[in-house]
Amino acid sequence: MTRWREALGRNETLVALVILAFVVAATLSDPRFFSIPTMMDLARASIVLGILAVGVMVVLVSGGIDVSFTAIAAFAMYCTTLLLVTYMPDLPWYGAFAVSMAIGATLGAINGILIAGFGLPTLIVTLGTLAIFRGFLLTFVGSRLISNIPSEMRDFSRMMIVRGTNADGSFYSLPWAFAFLVGVVIVTWVILYKTMLGRAIFAIGGSVESARRVGIAVRRTQFFVYVYVGALAGLAGIIHASMARVANPFDLVGLELSVIAAVVLGGARLIGGYGTLTGTLLGVALIVLVRNSLVVLGIPATWQMVVIGVLILIGTGLPAWQAKRAASRAA
Amino acid sequence: MSADGEPLVELTGITKTYAGIHALSDVGLTIRPGEAVSLAGENGSGKSTLIKVLSGVEQPDRGTIRIDGETHPHMSPRQAAAAGIMVIFQDFSLFPNLSVAENIAVSAELASGARVYNAARAHGTARRALARVGAELDLQARVETLSVAHKQLVAICRALAADARLIIMDEPTTALTEREVRTLLGIIRRLKADGVAVLFVSHKLAEVLEVCEHVVVLRNGRKVADGPAAEFDAASLSRHMTGRDIAQTSPAPLDEAAPLLLEVEGLTKQGAFEDVSFSLRAGEVLGVSGLLGSGRTSLAKALFGLVRPEAGLIRLRGQVIPAGDPIAAAASGIGYVPEDRLTEGLFLTQSILHNVAIGRTEAHTRLGVLAGHSAWAEAMDWLRRLSVKVPDPQAPVRSLSGGNQQRVVLARWLARTPSLLVLNGPSVGVDVGSKAEIHGIIADLAARGLGVIVISDDLPELLATCHRILVMVDGRVVDDIAAAAISEAELAHRLAS
Amino acid sequence: MTPERIRGLLVQPEGRLALITLLVFLLMAWLTPDRFLSVQNLTSMAFQFPEFAILALAMTIVMLTGGIDLSVIGVANLAAIVAALLLTQIVGPGVAEHGTFWVVVAMLAALAVGALAGLVNGVLVAWLGLPPILATLGSGLVFTGFGVALTGGSAVMGLPAEMAWIGNGRLWGIPVPLVLFAGLALLLWFVLTHTAFGLKVRMFGANPLAARFAAIDINAMLLRVYVSAGMLSAVAGLLIMSRANSAKFDYGSSYLLLAILIAVLGGVNPYGGYGRIIGVVLAVLSMQFLSSGLNMLGVSNFARELIWGSLLILVMVINASPNFRILPRGWQPPGARQGPPG
Repeated sequence: MTRWREALGRNETLVALVILAFVVAATLSDPRFFSIPTMMDLARASIVLGILAVGVMVVLVSGGIDVSFTAIAAFAMYCTTLLLVTYMPDLPWYGAFAVSMAIGATLGAINGILIAGFGLPTLIVTLGTLAIFRGFLLTFVGSRLISNIPSEMRDFSRMMIVRGTNADGSFYSLPWAFAFLVGVVIVTWVILYKTMLGRAIFAIGGSVESARRVGIAVRRTQFFVYVYVGALAGLAGIIHASMARVANPFDLVGLELSVIAAVVLGGARLIGGYGTLTGTLLGVALIVLVRNSLVVLGIPATWQMVVIGVLILIGTGLPAWQAKRAASRAA
Repeated sequence: MSADGEPLVELTGITKTYAGIHALSDVGLTIRPGEAVSLAGENGSGKSTLIKVLSGVEQPDRGTIRIDGETHPHMSPRQAAAAGIMVIFQDFSLFPNLSVAENIAVSAELASGARVYNAARAHGTARRALARVGAELDLQARVETLSVAHKQLVAICRALAADARLIIMDEPTTALTEREVRTLLGIIRRLKADGVAVLFVSHKLAEVLEVCEHVVVLRNGRKVADGPAAEFDAASLSRHMTGRDIAQTSPAPLDEAAPLLLEVEGLTKQGAFEDVSFSLRAGEVLGVSGLLGSGRTSLAKALFGLVRPEAGLIRLRGQVIPAGDPIAAAASGIGYVPEDRLTEGLFLTQSILHNVAIGRTEAHTRLGVLAGHSAWAEAMDWLRRLSVKVPDPQAPVRSLSGGNQQRVVLARWLARTPSLLVLNGPSVGVDVGSKAEIHGIIADLAARGLGVIVISDDLPELLATCHRILVMVDGRVVDDIAAAAISEAELAHRLAS
Repeated sequence: MTPERIRGLLVQPEGRLALITLLVFLLMAWLTPDRFLSVQNLTSMAFQFPEFAILALAMTIVMLTGGIDLSVIGVANLAAIVAALLLTQIVGPGVAEHGTFWVVVAMLAALAVGALAGLVNGVLVAWLGLPPILATLGSGLVFTGFGVALTGGSAVMGLPAEMAWIGNGRLWGIPVPLVLFAGLALLLWFVLTHTAFGLKVRMFGANPLAARFAAIDINAMLLRVYVSAGMLSAVAGLLIMSRANSAKFDYGSSYLLLAILIAVLGGVNPYGGYGRIIGVVLAVLSMQFLSSGLNMLGVSNFARELIWGSLLILVMVINASPNFRILPRGWQPPGARQGPPG
């Protein structure tokens, strides 16, 4: 009984139930919704969002917050594409991915120095670096979109895991890029649960003071977290450009609130120490559903933002309110 | 017990100064393997500085630290840890979001330099440490779900898992119930038999004397007593700690005709206190005592509306006070001076004046505007009356000493001319001189017809200030005694029953 | 002034900020002497800065409590959209006859929207106990989303001529936006320094727990703080609408960063408890001088964003280093606070 209630009180369960309700309602209003092509479309739409969300979750677990990751993604993606187009058009796609991740990690290191080194408040720092990365990109690197992306990147976007034809003759497919989301989830899971570094990230989020006392290298761990988010942002950026087959420097920025929404819905707490990959992925799934399939439920797409906002408020308000009541009950 | 073996730790002539003030002067301390030592002293006596020196956090200005016969001129926290010196702080320094096994194994894992986290290995470490103290805990449970005693157990096991040879325990018993203290003592005996030394650091140590070989008492940074534990008892300990005989003062006799001020009936809050009833007359000082977790603090908070009781009534001069509403409680004439001055009582970065005046802003507001000069003048007046030495009223309140800070909080409430004042630990962290003065202020307030409730675990303080004392055990009032009719030892016995 | 007086002024963060403002002004005047100091430029600056300066005031009052309001732009645009829709859709052609009357009604409606939005934030933070970051992040999306839903994402145009006055008109020869900003800044200064509410705001920001134990009516105070911030945002929204002669959900999207930057630059402690309106005003002026000067030097909008972000970081780094602080003691994260050695 209590176990049931405990499970019901968890964000993961709530989000899963909402997703289920959404899918059922959408299927009832349009039977075509529940089909392989729709699911593959949703999976495709969750690649970039998912990779970014995994990074943000790691930051939240460590007790920080990052809003600059979209700017890092755009910066890394655009610079890499420009670099490839201008100097090495024949670099294989994995080379491009490595370059983009390296650029992302470097920018993440800047956040890391400011946050771990100077101990500045993470929200305000990353708001500042968001503006810096974006401003630098658009001022000094370029502000025009690159539509002739290198053929290697285009080839990557054509690599499909599954491909098929519907009864009505339309195509559906799932690109190999999806495997990167899976890979990122696995790597992050290994780091978080199978290494001391991961345990240290959770420990810092649980109590910085205790972490210092038992001898955890707090600053080094925080620095790693921001570098890691940066690298993941770089990866998400280059995948985005490959799949869109265009590098638009204005893309991605503005997505940060949706990503944070997904992570917070999945149960990660702003105070740090709490967050699961399952929850994050469920949160991503819900946000992707809302962003792509709201219309199926008969809600106009213009209400998308309201729905996401309300979801954030409910998803974070419910636990906060419960915690407040529990605190007043416990005296 | 190897009281005659080679010393594990030997401190000699330790001196440490902060900004010209001697936190420690010429202090020596010897601890042998398998020995338990009590380090007693009031707040500000230099105990915490000594812990910091022992654990390598602070470097002494003078003196030598010898571990296993080897001198460490500059001991770092890492060296101290490598030598097996582990501190268990009052807050235990645990990770609430991690499991019992992870919390226990973390230090050992870090020390081993492993990069990979192996859950099975961590569980093994945790299980072995728990076996050494003869305890069982769910290794998967999150630490935030544990009781205080179990958290302490986890902290002890963590020290053991990291090969502790000396465990320093800061205020280990304050949060424990009688039964839990018994269990703790059992664990300490096992540790000693295992060759682990223990240093208890506390301002109330009577409870742990029976497992200790040795007692050292600090006062104002100096060692004032040092000897076998058998030579000390609760009374002699507090005499050494305070430097005087306690309980020579007693409150002025109570006016028998004084009107009834406060009536509490059947106050109940699940998990905190149950069916508490008592009354208080104007001019009476009532003590409420009990161990931590006995419900004394929750009861105090409930009187001020900070905790909402599920049942029962609070009546002040016949008027029922709305439950769970501090603003209503304050408006009807109840004041509350909290236990933890620094986090609950004061706005440390704000000026002394503002810290006092914040309680009386409504009274000085005319047409929505705060009349600054009258508000500040009133605040200054109260600071003067409580003889707070204020060099600059605009200076942040954190610049004051503990005793003066406590009087700032008092002044804030007195300015509101309350009819009932609830003082939770009125002299915690206050030096001996200020303590006596605060007791004088309490007597003075009572003489002027205020009802005062003193919540404290400082028995001499209760005996010196209160007319009557309520004893709380497990959330219930088990005794209502006239202070004049009971001795300190008898009171201590009833608290722990 | 004696050297001691001057040194005394410079010890205060606001004194140093005044010096910085003056230096920026002189630098810009020196770089582009004929254009920067022209009457035309000075007036155009007076029309430009109040819209984001008022948002900075909204940010300031919330930051004083140790919170942050990420929804200010959402509220501003929603309030403007409601006012604009009221004028164009509901009243429609009738506006022409009683233009001033309907514009006043629309402004009141916008203020009401701001107050309501602030109330929502206040309830989320005070009653439900949400962290301000999440509460205003979520509510900001909701407010912006309502703006999108009401307009379908496009700009609302065709406002009556009377609406232009508040953003472009003059009062006794002074630009109306400037008058508005000066009035609001003065009002906020008065409220923060001369009322019980102002004292409570700062005290709460310094130590929320002690505020509870001192029997301060925290919930009522937080509600008023967020309602004030919402109404200030609505005023900014009206200014933006009046100057753009239209309302849209994504106007002024760079102002959020700017509002935070100005508050932090003005010496407001993001952890709560310290901040003065004079500091914020000086920060606004230096930002506007900088921005206007950069404009004349032909620097792009993107570069301005870069400079603002760098400034924000620079100010934070300087404030964090103990040997070179612009801000007073006590400006440090709660975790860094330490008790006296015992």
